[in-house]
Amino acid sequence: MNDGKHRYQYLIIGLAVAFLLLAAQLFRLQLLDNSFKISAENNALLYQTRHPARGLILDRNGKILVGNKNTYDILVTPRYVKPFDTLELCRILDLDPQYVRDKFSEYRMYRTRIGYRTVTFVSQISQEQYSRFIEVAHKFPEFRGVPRTTRMYPYNAGGNLLGYVTEVDRDFLDRHPDYAAGDYTGRTGLEETCEPMLRGEKGYSIYLRDASNRIQSSYRNGEFDKPAVPGQDVVSTIDAELQNYGEELMRNKVGSVIAIEPSTGEILSMISSPGIDVSVLGEINKYYKEIAADPFTPMFNRAVMSPQPPGSVFKLVNGLIGLQEGVVSTDTRFPCRDGFHARGISVGCHSHKSPVDFTEAIMVSCNSYFCYLFRDILENPVYGSEAAAMDRWAEYVRSFGFGTRLGSDFPSEIAGFVPTSATYDRVYGKGGWKALSVISLSIGQGELGCTPLHLANLAATIANRGWYRIPHIVRGHGSDTLDRRFSEKHYTLVDTAHFEKVIEGMYMAVNAPAGEGATARVAAVKGLDICGKTGTAENPHGDEHAVFVCFAPRENPRIAIAVYIENAGFGATWAAPVASLMVEKYLNGEIASNRRWLEQRMLDANLLHKVPASPDYVPPKKDD
Amino acid sequence: MSPAGKTYKKLDWILIGCYVLLAVFGWLNIYASTWSEEAEGIFSLASRSGNQLLWIGAAAVVAVIVLFLNTRFYKTVSWPLYILSAVLLVAVLIFGHEVNGSKSWLGLPGGIAVQPSEFSKIATALCLSRVMGTYGFNLTRTADFLKVAAIIIVPVGLIALEPDIGTILVYCSLAFMLYREGLPGRILGFTGYAVLLFLVTLKFSPFVSILMTVGTIGIIRTLTSRTPVRVFLIYAAFIAAAAFIPRLLSVEAVARVTGMAAEYWLLIIIAPFLIWFIVHNVRNKMKGWGIYVLSLVLSLVLVFSVDFIFHNVLQPHHRDRIENLLGISQDLMGAGYNVNQSKIAIGSGGLTGKGFLEGTQTKFNFVPEQSTDFIFCTIGEEWGFIGSITVLALYLIIIMRIVTSAEKQKDKGARVYSYCVASIIFMHVFVNVGMTIGIMPVVGIPLPLISYGGSSFLTFTILLFIHLRFDLERWK
Repeated sequence: MNDGKHRYQYLIIGLAVAFLLLAAQLFRLQLLDNSFKISAENNALLYQTRHPARGLILDRNGKILVGNKNTYDILVTPRYVKPFDTLELCRILDLDPQYVRDKFSEYRMYRTRIGYRTVTFVSQISQEQYSRFIEVAHKFPEFRGVPRTTRMYPYNAGGNLLGYVTEVDRDFLDRHPDYAAGDYTGRTGLEETCEPMLRGEKGYSIYLRDASNRIQSSYRNGEFDKPAVPGQDVVSTIDAELQNYGEELMRNKVGSVIAIEPSTGEILSMISSPGIDVSVLGEINKYYKEIAADPFTPMFNRAVMSPQPPGSVFKLVNGLIGLQEGVVSTDTRFPCRDGFHARGISVGCHSHKSPVDFTEAIMVSCNSYFCYLFRDILENPVYGSEAAAMDRWAEYVRSFGFGTRLGSDFPSEIAGFVPTSATYDRVYGKGGWKALSVISLSIGQGELGCTPLHLANLAATIANRGWYRIPHIVRGHGSDTLDRRFSEKHYTLVDTAHFEKVIEGMYMAVNAPAGEGATARVAAVKGLDICGKTGTAENPHGDEHAVFVCFAPRENPRIAIAVYIENAGFGATWAAPVASLMVEKYLNGEIASNRRWLEQRMLDANLLHKVPASPDYVPPKKDD
Repeated sequence: MSPAGKTYKKLDWILIGCYVLLAVFGWLNIYASTWSEEAEGIFSLASRSGNQLLWIGAAAVVAVIVLFLNTRFYKTVSWPLYILSAVLLVAVLIFGHEVNGSKSWLGLPGGIAVQPSEFSKIATALCLSRVMGTYGFNLTRTADFLKVAAIIIVPVGLIALEPDIGTILVYCSLAFMLYREGLPGRILGFTGYAVLLFLVTLKFSPFVSILMTVGTIGIIRTLTSRTPVRVFLIYAAFIAAAAFIPRLLSVEAVARVTGMAAEYWLLIIIAPFLIWFIVHNVRNKMKGWGIYVLSLVLSLVLVFSVDFIFHNVLQPHHRDRIENLLGISQDLMGAGYNVNQSKIAIGSGGLTGKGFLEGTQTKFNFVPEQSTDFIFCTIGEEWGFIGSITVLALYLIIIMRIVTSAEKQKDKGARVYSYCVASIIFMHVFVNVGMTIGIMPVVGIPLPLISYGGSSFLTFTILLFIHLRFDLERWK
């Protein structure tokens, strides 16, 4: 009996220990360890992201450049997929059966990592495909669709300008912690520049779900849901019609066009040709390899990224500096004997009357005149040495925006290059060079590098008689007004008075009567008073680049434009017509009947074979 | 005769109160665990809660009948009931249908399915009470011990064929009753130690198990015999030094030369000591040393056969569950899924719980079997720590009431029966709750009086009320 009592007590002790064990573990789980509470939320509450509609991109007249259209992503929970009618699903979603097989073998391979999660099966299916899917969705219970907006482009214009939207990759995520996998972001162009405005803010809907990930109901009737905030619309300075027209004209030519409204610095159009067709922008990833392999590098935005010698249009800058420095006046005449010849240096020129005065020199684009002028700038006794004069010259050139990033809101703008005395000291040794050594700068060759944007800015500066506003592409977004820096006037170091003299030359170059030797008569449009300057930039690869800058009308100019066509040949032959047609289109709204032939010629011209990068490249005959 | 008149006052109303509380609480939680926005009402017969209410009502009737029957009746029917239950257990093997890989349900006409293994618990308890209650019965006598062993082994063997590990585990709990009735404590101790050894070997290594065994035996030996302290210290130092064998072997140069696992090295080192120990004891004609040698040898046999038992005797899903419990493999989406989900549900309840019907985990089938085996999750989630502890306290009160009543019984048979009931309830609660909170492997047994299911509820009702009937007899 006594033994029984002891055993009873032992058993009670054991019982107490066992229940204490249970209580202790409950204490740990329910009161000490917080991780289970967090898991519970993740478990039962499904935060379904609501993607905001991306902001629209409008042109300066309110036309939609980039819109949105509704598409759907089809999601699947691989863990629950039972055998289904693959062929029917393929038919409905227009998929290749192989795609489905590949997807599912991928899911099998990563099944431990996927677990019970839901993953994207197909992205961006159209509204019609989705409607078809909904009708038979009960046959595919593990699949469901979520709405997504994708980009739509009503105008076939501005592929490079607009940029594209793409799903963020791992590298991007590492650098931008505020993005999550599956988000989209703008790449290149306006989409990138205006990403903060366009992006909007993601929201979420909270659902209760069961262990099979099936959504059971909205959590507390959506009380805690956060709606998505749509992105702000961005109004660009682009004129959609002009942009479209310019792209048509530039088809099958390599080069770029930039048009600026001089008084505001607003970019009216920015064309880089060949560019990305807007039809592939929406699904850029699909075409990415193709685009990257294109010999004409359509991703490369020539308008802001390609530094080139400016050619003869740079005579305008040198002319203005010469006037400002007082080394020439409008009456100064220099001879031209088929070029400039001095101390063993020759710079050829085409035949025209000789001697010429300042205005005529610009009109006929006399190389010789500007060689004399440039030599006089560098040999100006005021500065004591060529080096000092050179640096002063470079200061002038920089005041036009050359050699620096203008500070546009467009991404990947490059600075270009303006040489100084230091540049030549490095090449020739200190003091080892004279004005004649660098004489090619006088006609815009040599070490100069500037982008088409710089040239357009030059045209705008001259149109404004001595100042420019930083060219920009975003007019405003939502309630925000223009960025301060774009309203600031940047003055050159040349007095306003001198500009009129140069403009006279530009006016004559376009509008002089026949027989005067004017270089750009092809650009003349009755009543528009276009002032322009041709350029033919020599380059070591293939034919010369055709260049043309102009603005119009002469008084109160509304458009300044630079056209740069690579390897096309004479500026007057190719660049001037394109520029003048765009000016005419912009100012008059249509092309005069007597210029339709020119328009047709430009539209038809295919100059791609002249570009060394082209697979069909035909080298120019160099014998004459 | 039947308890009439004032005897109802003698009924253990505290126990009945706990019983009612658990039944009602269980019913509410069954409703909560199957509840959804579109769910039927709590009384709807199409729902589990409605069904459970039906069972509770039926059980109330059965309980009253049980109380009115004479105690002699139970002694009389014990053998026939035992034989009937054995027949049913055979029948279920032949006619039963399989649920979750176990043939434990017998379909009866009328669409009702019952689990014979549930009723066999009652029959076995009554039968044990009958046999062990006879005058002069002594468990330490081999014949009597074998009789008891046979009574237990027949249903256990039949249930093992289903197979239903959970119920076998419940039958194992009868060891507590047997201990109370004089089963040598050593047997309980050795069994417990064998389980511990098995788990330690799995979790750590045979080396750790052997070292642990050698250490334990040494300590017990030195404590129970008059061994000088210095011998004990030398022994302890030896054990401590041996613990560094694996570290030594992890040095590459050593391992390359020896090429033998640590446990074999340990054996080689132990062997001379063991021989010395035997020789020393035999020479000095000492007594009581054989048990140590025997337990050491048996332990070694067990340790080296763990691998074989684990991989060839146990079924794969048992292996997974044990491995998961021991933290050897953590497959939260596989074998560990249930337990992890269950722990999340219970853990998310916090102190006071989320409130009735407010749980998110036990809805929507995150937790499997949430109205039957994993019903404790709903309690933990919606009623929190306070609710969980209250439920445990109710069980503790019931078990304590039974055991204290049993101790006061003059009738040995009644005491045996009550201990059987207490052991069975304890095992159910400990294994079931332990499983949901991750300290026991996943074994499918219901939580008494709370889990959904008629067979289980009726069984526990009958078990408890027969005890109450025996308890009443005390006052005669």
